[in-house]
Amino acid sequence: MTSYPDWWKLVFGRFTLEAIPYHEPILIATFAAVLLGGLALVALISRFKLWGYLWHEWFTSVDHKKIGIMYMILGVIMLLRGFADALMMRGQQAIAFAGNEGYLPPHHYDQIFTAHGVIMIFFVAMPFVTGLMNYVVPLQIGARDVAFPFLNNFSFWMTVGGAVLVMASLFIGEFAKVGWLAYPPLSGVAYSPGVGMDYYLWALQIAGIGTTLSGVNLIATIVKMRAPGMDLMKMPIFTWTSLCTNVLIVATFPILAATLALLTLDRYVGTNFFTNDLGGNPMMYVNLIWIWGHPEVYILILPLFGVYSEVASTFCGKRLFGYASMVYATVVITILSYLVWLHHFFTMGSGASVNSFFGITTMIISIPTGAKIFNWLFTMYRGRIRFELPMMWLLAFMITFVIGGMTGVMLAVPPADFVLHNSLFLIAHFHNVIIGGVVFGVFAGIAYWFPKAFGFKLDPFWGHLSFWFWVVGFYVAFMPLYILGLMGVTRRLSRFEDPSLQIWFVIAAFGAVLIAFGILCFLIQIGVSILRREQLRDTTGDPWDGRTLEWSTSSPPPAYNFAFTPIAHDLDSWADMKKRGYQRPLTGYRPIHMPKNTGAGLIIAGLATICGFALIWYIWWLAALSFVAAIAAVIIHTFNYDRDFHIPADEVVRAEEARTQLLGRA
Amino acid sequence: MTATAQGSDKADVPVFHFAEGEPEHHPGDSTMLGFWLYLMSDCLVFAVLFATYGVLGRNYAAGPSGADLFDLKLVAVNTAMLLFSSITYGFAMLAMDKGRQAAVQGWLVVTALFGLAFLGIELYEFAHLIHEGATPMRSAFLSSFFTLVGTHGLHVTFGLIWLAVLMTQVSKHGLIAANRRRLMCLSMFWHFLDVVWIGVFTFVYLMGVLK
Amino acid sequence: MRIFRLLTVLPILALLGGCQMVLLSPSGDVALQQRNLMLASVALMLLVIIPVMALTIFFAWRYRASAKATYDPDWNHSLPLEVVIWSVPLLIIVVLGAMTWMGTHLLDPYRPLNRIAAGKPVVEARAGSPGIRKQPLVIQVVALDWKWLFLYPAQGIASLNEVVAPVDQPIEFRITSSSVMNSLFIPALAGQIYAMPGMQTKLNAVINRPGDFEGFSANYSGAGFSDMRFRFRGVDDKAFGEWVQGAIGGGSMLGRDEYLVLERPSEREPVRYFRDIPSDLFTAILNMCVDRTKMCMRDMMAMDARGGGGKEGIHTVVALEYDKSVRRGGQPLLPRPFVTAICTPTDVYGAAGMSARAVN
Repeated sequence: MTSYPDWWKLVFGRFTLEAIPYHEPILIATFAAVLLGGLALVALISRFKLWGYLWHEWFTSVDHKKIGIMYMILGVIMLLRGFADALMMRGQQAIAFAGNEGYLPPHHYDQIFTAHGVIMIFFVAMPFVTGLMNYVVPLQIGARDVAFPFLNNFSFWMTVGGAVLVMASLFIGEFAKVGWLAYPPLSGVAYSPGVGMDYYLWALQIAGIGTTLSGVNLIATIVKMRAPGMDLMKMPIFTWTSLCTNVLIVATFPILAATLALLTLDRYVGTNFFTNDLGGNPMMYVNLIWIWGHPEVYILILPLFGVYSEVASTFCGKRLFGYASMVYATVVITILSYLVWLHHFFTMGSGASVNSFFGITTMIISIPTGAKIFNWLFTMYRGRIRFELPMMWLLAFMITFVIGGMTGVMLAVPPADFVLHNSLFLIAHFHNVIIGGVVFGVFAGIAYWFPKAFGFKLDPFWGHLSFWFWVVGFYVAFMPLYILGLMGVTRRLSRFEDPSLQIWFVIAAFGAVLIAFGILCFLIQIGVSILRREQLRDTTGDPWDGRTLEWSTSSPPPAYNFAFTPIAHDLDSWADMKKRGYQRPLTGYRPIHMPKNTGAGLIIAGLATICGFALIWYIWWLAALSFVAAIAAVIIHTFNYDRDFHIPADEVVRAEEARTQLLGRA
Repeated sequence: MTATAQGSDKADVPVFHFAEGEPEHHPGDSTMLGFWLYLMSDCLVFAVLFATYGVLGRNYAAGPSGADLFDLKLVAVNTAMLLFSSITYGFAMLAMDKGRQAAVQGWLVVTALFGLAFLGIELYEFAHLIHEGATPMRSAFLSSFFTLVGTHGLHVTFGLIWLAVLMTQVSKHGLIAANRRRLMCLSMFWHFLDVVWIGVFTFVYLMGVLK
Repeated sequence: MRIFRLLTVLPILALLGGCQMVLLSPSGDVALQQRNLMLASVALMLLVIIPVMALTIFFAWRYRASAKATYDPDWNHSLPLEVVIWSVPLLIIVVLGAMTWMGTHLLDPYRPLNRIAAGKPVVEARAGSPGIRKQPLVIQVVALDWKWLFLYPAQGIASLNEVVAPVDQPIEFRITSSSVMNSLFIPALAGQIYAMPGMQTKLNAVINRPGDFEGFSANYSGAGFSDMRFRFRGVDDKAFGEWVQGAIGGGSMLGRDEYLVLERPSEREPVRYFRDIPSDLFTAILNMCVDRTKMCMRDMMAMDARGGGGKEGIHTVVALEYDKSVRRGGQPLLPRPFVTAICTPTDVYGAAGMSARAVN
């Protein structure tokens, strides 16, 4: 190792040139690809002079629809990264047998499984879920934007900031090697002194702030900005599940923030919260992180339950069966999700009574969840089912999710958990519910609302191809893991001794490849749909014969969403309006009051990200500077009182007349 | 509210949208709710820190305990400072309701002074402890003590910065609706910190010394 | 078409027949009971899951748009149906909950065994009774970076990466860890339990069939985790006695000094045996005071319970020069502080600790 002069440390902290992984061919190739791709993108944007457009229309936009779309794009990009990690792990586990070390040494493999978990939860599933909620909720409740449009933009960029830090760890330094929840003492400074853990902490801290604020924002939106007449029990079910999810976000993400902050203090200051010596208690971290971590899985799944409900009633052409019980089930799940965290560590030696209490509360959650499944089932009963893509995803979900639910209840029985804990059976279980529940739901949601967002449907051929690759790929990839779990194989191993296991890992790897084709088909589907957009065009704004208010406006909706604020009279307001012969008003437009775009969110989040980066590398001067700058930027932003404007009436008239013409053509 | 159903020929068709007289959505309508939600989330951060103190507060690692270290008289003075600042903030809000800008500013200055006094005493206490060797690194008890009290102190610091910014804004724009709303938010924040401090005082200092 | 699909399933069935699902055919009574509970819970849940799956497919087919089946767009509520869909899962959970409560208490790893197999209770020795009375064999387990140390206090021996126990003999594992969290798991014997530094967990189990079984750490613990494996051997009483004698005869010494060297991170350690184990070694490991200059956790906690060490206690910390980070391949760290022993035993600055640190 070359020694560096003192001024280097002062300027660059603990960053040294050795931190760039030249010696890792995989990383260098990736870096080259990212660099070339990035340069090409920058060149293209400059060539077509799109910087101004992107800045004014997207980056600084406070329009919930654009922010929602940007969240979805972030989710797709990070899905590619997270999935590349998954493929690498599957590849390693398929070949590393009987003395073969595979192609990933532990220090690389361990980063990959940590990054895979962190990315998939925080930077894939969360952006997808937040993106869907951002886009759909204001439209469903007949609002023109969220309660705090600026905050929305800021939350998005904080999430991006976290993602940028995780991505930076690929090429500058390393990522954590501790598993996605980073249990101390392993994640403490004594056992993980490198920058990897610090990347983990600051990426999650920054993204977590964004998530919490976005939760506050959406709760306020749902509570305060519903269309007149839409009382709570007339709210669309997706809005209900979003409300519950955001309540969970606000009620748990601060716990994550505080817990990570304590671990950060342990690492940076030398405090003794989770250390072995001087009175620290690592078990407390495990408790705290799961008090956040368990509700987190419901944060992910609840909005998708909402998506499935909307899809079920739309494509079965009837009202959702048991709306009230669906709402109660959601609320019960929300509350119960707080009372089960200990089931993640039955094996840490709690007493039998404690274990069985948490085991039984966990099982109780399956009752409202089961009720939901039945509700979707009976929504199909006496319906008229159209097998469009979203409906296909719903059916695949219903079949797949119950398997995951069953294995989940098995894991909730403490004595059974003693043998299944941390095994590949557990891995299969949570991928079963996360892929079978969250991912399928996200794809259903994308297929369902894409025509609303862009004005044309997604190409069905490539959609169905993607669907079958995903579903078959899921079963091929994860059923072997259930079997391996029963064969007593534990998670996070990078090499194996028993050659009889290999065939199952090979099958699982093949399944992962199938899923890769599913992702590829999805991307092709987007591309093909854009090329064929004129054939796929939806001029009505209501391509699926929808039931909720978002389908009453044009596709894509105008910036102001609704020229006139709708009034709700029934649960499925738009279905009710259509049934009772509602006529779209053609006159009487007035100027509409809207929030102004601002770059403040991006600037503050950018400064926070720089501050995080500086703290990771102990570049203290930069950390202090960017922190002060971020505070200053916030203060300067508060001096801006001129935050809204009116869309002039003639502009509204123009937009609405264009729609009238479009509707006339249809 | 006036509302009409356009283009309907049936008498029983209800009204489906506002044609005129639509209540305009003002950006500040949801601010109070949103700020309450933020406060609750902040409250959870403190809940975690209190819980941590609850678990680790007796892990002295063969070092000093609260009874050895805390100077209750000093803390009592400190508590008084914060309580007084809450009262004076209340007076500022009363003045705001009457629209008396100068009085608002005056009370805010007094609040800021009390806040500064509180911070000063706290910093003195911390400096004294660290000088004695009772650093946050010495034991889990001290780690959780410094973190809990320090986080509260950090909140007060940000409250003071916010107060200074708001005073500038009030002097610039007067007691306009936006500024009143901001003063209300800061008021909730300030009283919230007061409530948290009462918890700290009871749970950490009193119970630490009196056992 | 259907037949072809079935044909593709066949090789998978053949594969399933070929693989050893250790969790489904364990060799220890505890693991067997855990398996039974697992299977019972699956059976109970299938009662509701199979109908749901079947109905999903049936409804999807029956009410497809092209079928022109009964269409009732306003049917969205039915009280009897709602009662059924809430109460059936509820009933199943009530039954499962009762099973869970009993099973969890019965199979609590801390609870001494009351049987060594179905129909073979462990009872107090009484003339002519059919039961088998055996004091449990105590094995103290330490998870090190990245190997397992098993201490046999009654026999005065220890072994690295191998643990041997007589068949049908209740075993009581007392488990701790030297640095980070691990999990002791022998799938054929019984469920796992975490090994955590400064804490002791317990596992009671029995092996019913002789054999050579796999054991490993089931909780990720760092770079050497994948090789943190050991053999668990169930043998008859005679072979166990011979194994113990072999360790006494051929093992090396394991005092505090040797332990502090052994504790250092290393991977793929071969099986080794030790003898002449100090009787307080495990207690010292558990209390993190093998190095005698460190205060034992037990003493520290006793002091804390009496109100701590007072202001005089502030300066009883010393920095530990031994740097685990470097041993794990990381950068050097600032020395970690620890609390020094106050009631100094005679050899505090003697052999133990000092010499081990000198090696570093």
